Amino acid sequence: MIIVEDVYFSYEGLPVLKGVTLTVRTGEVLAIMGENGAGKTTLIKHFIGLLKPERGRVLVFGVDTREASVAQLARHVGVVFQNPDHQLFAESVEEEVLFTLKNMGYLPDEARAVCERVLRLFELDRYRDKSPYSLSVGERKRLAIAAVVSYDPDVLVLDEPTAGQDFFNKSKISKLIFRLKRQGKGVVVVTHDVEFAAQVADRVALMVDGRIVREGPAEDVLTDPAALRQARLIMPQIPTVAALLEAGGLKLPRKPLLPGALYLELLDLLNHRWRNHEQGSRHL
Amino acid sequence: MALVELKRVSFRYAGSDRHALDNVTLSAEQGEFVLLVGPSGCGKSTLLRVLNGLIPHFYEGDFEGEARVAGLDVRSTPTHVLARHVGMVFQDPENQLFLSSVEREIAFGLENMGLPRAEVKRRVREVLKEFNLESIKDRAPYELSGGQQQKVAIASVMALEPEILAIDEPTANLDPLSALEILSLVKRLVDEKGVLAIVVEHRLELTLMFATRMVVMHNGRILADGAPREALLRSGSLVGYPPVTLAHLLLKRKGLIDNGVPLTSEELASMVIRKWAK
Repeated sequence: MIIVEDVYFSYEGLPVLKGVTLTVRTGEVLAIMGENGAGKTTLIKHFIGLLKPERGRVLVFGVDTREASVAQLARHVGVVFQNPDHQLFAESVEEEVLFTLKNMGYLPDEARAVCERVLRLFELDRYRDKSPYSLSVGERKRLAIAAVVSYDPDVLVLDEPTAGQDFFNKSKISKLIFRLKRQGKGVVVVTHDVEFAAQVADRVALMVDGRIVREGPAEDVLTDPAALRQARLIMPQIPTVAALLEAGGLKLPRKPLLPGALYLELLDLLNHRWRNHEQGSRHL
Repeated sequence: MALVELKRVSFRYAGSDRHALDNVTLSAEQGEFVLLVGPSGCGKSTLLRVLNGLIPHFYEGDFEGEARVAGLDVRSTPTHVLARHVGMVFQDPENQLFLSSVEREIAFGLENMGLPRAEVKRRVREVLKEFNLESIKDRAPYELSGGQQQKVAIASVMALEPEILAIDEPTANLDPLSALEILSLVKRLVDEKGVLAIVVEHRLELTLMFATRMVVMHNGRILADGAPREALLRSGSLVGYPPVTLAHLLLKRKGLIDNGVPLTSEELASMVIRKWAK
């Protein structure tokens, strides 16, 4: 669990975080959303102590980030930054993962076995001997995620994981997120991809200008037009359809975020109508 | 003659054992907004490189077939000549912007073309106005937001008045509102100036509604090419359906909605209301 309490931070006198309070829980997916410059990346840098709060505090599994090293915190919290090139430096794909594992105290044999599994999981095994720089942007991103996932942190933080990813890789990333959640891990995604957030997030926090302006269950936040507008986001397609249906006289009982849920809502509505219709005819 | 005319073009990068482009035939006219999609590695970026002559001039490999851009054979035309006809904007505009101000950035290409100073000045003024960049003309590109940088990158290639604008994943790093702004801007260039836009994108839910045509590539070949709705139906399992299109497919399977391929929330909502109001 990560607890962020009333955190302030500024770069060279320019305030970037202005009193952020937020809890990251294990076993759930939290999406932090907002436009570029809202302070999202600055916030997640606080999760592993890369930045320390000027006011307020950040507790990572009970430890104040000011009293721990980045290396200690990184055992609990794995962060994959937006640009994978900032965290890839080994000669080969395999060494990239092995190096991370060694750093985290894995013994050589154990590290080999884990590396093997992770490379296969991310479908990177055929590139094992290649230089990370010979890979495409999408593959480099997957490698950066693989290296962090390999040492099994309790919370995984992904900064813009879907940027530039094709449909297959996006699906792979969502599957990975669901798997980690099932294993009881916490997952934080920083994203402005509203459709992706609708797909994976349990909770959404909207950031505007260094503050969290709205936080709550995904089905509440992603269907709140005023809050989304304030964060310069658009409503995902399916909630927009639901809102238009309501305006057109078809109110759905629940708030669907995804195509399957919209379909089920409409089926329910139809069944309901049929029942009413049958009852109505019986009365006649 | 079509602005882009590829006939049975194949290309294999030196050292690679498979064709990045495999017998590609494509022709596109002015005033088209072509959305070029397909899984990573399918040949989209290679195709863009043929259009501006980076292939075969800078990338080594085997080139076959015939490629004409604005009537010029790319194999015998130097890239600086092609650059006047094809404006290229890359995924990460930061790599493309390197001068100290937006104004200098836009002037750079024009000065390089050897235009007289008065003419450069006139065009820069025009472009700043057209792209609504006057208020930030003195700012350094690196201080700007991703959306503004993307806009400056497009403005600086459009200053050269190319007939073709090729953009590689313009919205990859943008928030949705900035992405829609950039796509509307491209659409305006297509509609008002008759530019041929070729846009590589993965985010179909944002881009499809702007496109007049969708070209889907897979393993170096063209898998589907046509009106966005038809091309999407033929390739959705490969490139992904936008959420509204997927919801429509689910409803249609149960016979709960009429035929069609909605691309926007408005389209799906009105289809549902039409059917269900009865």
